[in-house]
Amino acid sequence: MTSSPGTAQQAKSQLDAHVREIVEWHFNPATGCPFWLDYASKLGWDPRKSVQTFEDLKRFPLFEDDWLRGGPVRRWLPKGLEGKPLFVFETGGSTGVPKSRLTSEDFRIDYEMFSDTLPEKYFPRGSNWLMLGPSGPRRLRLAVEHLCQHRGGICFSVDLDPRWVIKLIKAGLTEEMHRYKEHVIDQAVTILTAGHNIQCMFTTPKLLEALAEELDNRGTSIRKIGITGVFAGGTEFTPQFTRFAMEELLGEGVYLTPTYGNTLMGLACSKPVGPRSDYKITYYAPQPRAVIEVVSFDDASKLVDYGKTGRVRLTTLTRETFIPGFLERDEGEREAPCEEYPWDGVSGVRPFRKLSASTTIGVY
Amino acid sequence: MLNLPILRWGQPYTSLEQDEVVHFLTGKPLARVSQANTGLLSRDMRHAERARRMLTEIPIGDLINMMKKAGDLYLSGTLAMGDGEQSPDDFARQQSASTGLPEHMCKANMSKNHFVLNNMDQILDALTRGLPLNILTQGYGIEERGVVVSYQAQCPVLGLVLPSNSPGVHTLWLPVIPMQIGLLLKPGPQEPWTPYRMAAAFYEAGVPREAIAIYPGGADVGAEVVRRANRCMIFGGTPTVERYKGDSRVQVHGPGFSKILLGDDVVDQWEKYIDIMADSIFLNSGRGCINCSGIWASRHTKKIAQALAEKLGPIEAKPPEDPQASIAAFTVPGAARAIWNSIDMRLHEPGVTHMTAPFGHRLVELERCGYLRPTIIHCDSPDRALSNTEYMYPFATVVECPQEQMLGKIGPTLVCSAITEDQQWRRQLMEARHIDRLNLGALPTIRLNWLQPHEGNIVEFLFRPRAFQTAV
Repeated sequence: MTSSPGTAQQAKSQLDAHVREIVEWHFNPATGCPFWLDYASKLGWDPRKSVQTFEDLKRFPLFEDDWLRGGPVRRWLPKGLEGKPLFVFETGGSTGVPKSRLTSEDFRIDYEMFSDTLPEKYFPRGSNWLMLGPSGPRRLRLAVEHLCQHRGGICFSVDLDPRWVIKLIKAGLTEEMHRYKEHVIDQAVTILTAGHNIQCMFTTPKLLEALAEELDNRGTSIRKIGITGVFAGGTEFTPQFTRFAMEELLGEGVYLTPTYGNTLMGLACSKPVGPRSDYKITYYAPQPRAVIEVVSFDDASKLVDYGKTGRVRLTTLTRETFIPGFLERDEGEREAPCEEYPWDGVSGVRPFRKLSASTTIGVY
Repeated sequence: MLNLPILRWGQPYTSLEQDEVVHFLTGKPLARVSQANTGLLSRDMRHAERARRMLTEIPIGDLINMMKKAGDLYLSGTLAMGDGEQSPDDFARQQSASTGLPEHMCKANMSKNHFVLNNMDQILDALTRGLPLNILTQGYGIEERGVVVSYQAQCPVLGLVLPSNSPGVHTLWLPVIPMQIGLLLKPGPQEPWTPYRMAAAFYEAGVPREAIAIYPGGADVGAEVVRRANRCMIFGGTPTVERYKGDSRVQVHGPGFSKILLGDDVVDQWEKYIDIMADSIFLNSGRGCINCSGIWASRHTKKIAQALAEKLGPIEAKPPEDPQASIAAFTVPGAARAIWNSIDMRLHEPGVTHMTAPFGHRLVELERCGYLRPTIIHCDSPDRALSNTEYMYPFATVVECPQEQMLGKIGPTLVCSAITEDQQWRRQLMEARHIDRLNLGALPTIRLNWLQPHEGNIVEFLFRPRAFQTAV
């Protein structure tokens, strides 16, 4: 079902108002961060005056994620947030200096909003979770734990260093990589069979497959072991994989919710996925805090038509982070607004074809 | 257009991901092929043992008869194919349209496959060196000479990661089913035709559906086949060969670097052998690993290269349906140009002469594909960069090299036709461990004897002879 013009217009007005508020925050010397204040001083125009709508953000050149590498990380700290406890989350980093994002509350807010989308039947409040994903300096690690705590549960986790996995893959040491995966799955199975009454989990497509296989080898299954809700993420979430996971790895009684996200954006939810829609996965950003657009491969300022393929362009608009248009390493098809999310979505997300040859997908 | 499903041990499964196989000249879709995800394959491997179990319930003699019937069906029958059906003519047209091989060569390949299936009893007898075949079923038995022998299957199914560009390779896996080992096939993206048609023929001939699985997909699916099958046959270039070197689970079929060596005792009569040389380079569009890519001699090499260039250089690219078409198209856009560029940049080395240059451009580019016309290069020494190269078209270098240095310089050689009566050199050739198939005398490299093993004996690859005793 598509959204009515009224709700779409309302969402657009909210987004524009949010843009004004966030631009005012980040470019006001009393509240903004050193990076953006310095940046604005070289622009030759005043963002606080010139940016009144979301479209006005296009006046900024594309954000370059390389700006996030290295220190001092406090250049990203808005003055208005000084004194708050801070976290630094890193992306990638299998070689060289990783990109980092400074944050205080955003990951909690994003995951509390996501929590509202989880069906109670399959993700019961008070139930314990397993975080079967990356450990270390990852936003995901703390965010999933917070999600679980927010819902009244206790989160168990495993040791998993994705940077090591990527190094193994790049070195062609696939057997070592599989042994490391077995080590991770072994930790997960140990937790799941230790009487902790775990009902929900986060995982990635590859780890979900590996866990299901190992449980099958032991004469049990994800469902039989007590899991009812699986929250998962990754660009490998193709319709075919989702169908395979739902039909053969999980079966009746286990709910799967694919998501799309990263350290910079937060979390985009999908519309419920299933056979009625041929397992098509359409993601919607948590607007107005983040916006996903699908833009032309040749001109990142132009949206493609609905149903057409383009590159994913991300905008992050929170008091902690301002990213006015960043080209993701993914592509997909532009999707129309729907009733639950009266703004544009993206489906068929996959690694951007021009970059995919040089991108190593590890365990997530 | 046909829709070809994944075959999960015989059960059709239509994937939500499909790959279109298109006509290389027109772009017209020929088939939509369901693409497997790796998890699907690995999950289905739980049923691999069932494939062997079901096959061992059928006597090998019966399976051999099924192969003969399947051969006839494959050659002449109209068979169920995905959501449609396929006649032999459809098959040849479709295979030609996606691989670029001329149609009459596709038909010739069908005859080769048919021959192998129809002579399966003799082939197995030769490959097992006369072993009573029930020993493969039972695991042990007594040979005619009264000795107890035991052969243990090393895998329930053989994995195959098949190529797109060389429909001739399928003969290699045809003896697997009658040895009661299942087939786990990952077809080449442009050549799904043979695996599916062969599976259809096998099924119709009575082979249990549960014995054959087909998982089309990307490189990740190929890697999963290699990882999951305890014995696997794969096809690829030199990097693939290097990657799996020493891995006893994997038999890699890569470039052949096949050669003809002319001994000093016969080289003055080189004109007698020019047809053998030309056929070895050129027949079946020069695509096979058994096609000759190097002619080595100590003298007259320029004259030999000139004669080959005059014979092969004028040959033109023709449409695939033309009965006179003799070279295959490169159907991947840009592939022909990339190959030619890699040759061209090495033509400027001193001592290297492009002998086919006077016969016109070698690279012929059409809208959606490219051709490379036969190419003969002369190298005045084995040290020239082009002297030991292979490309998948009629391409050969004629290399000047003293006879006493040849065996040290030729490198790994799949087929070596050594034309010589020099007994001492013949002895050295027999001992040369970098030569796989050795032809002594005036034999083209492309002449196969089906009763001989190819790049390792498949029986030894799939079965391990071992000690076995039983208490009376």
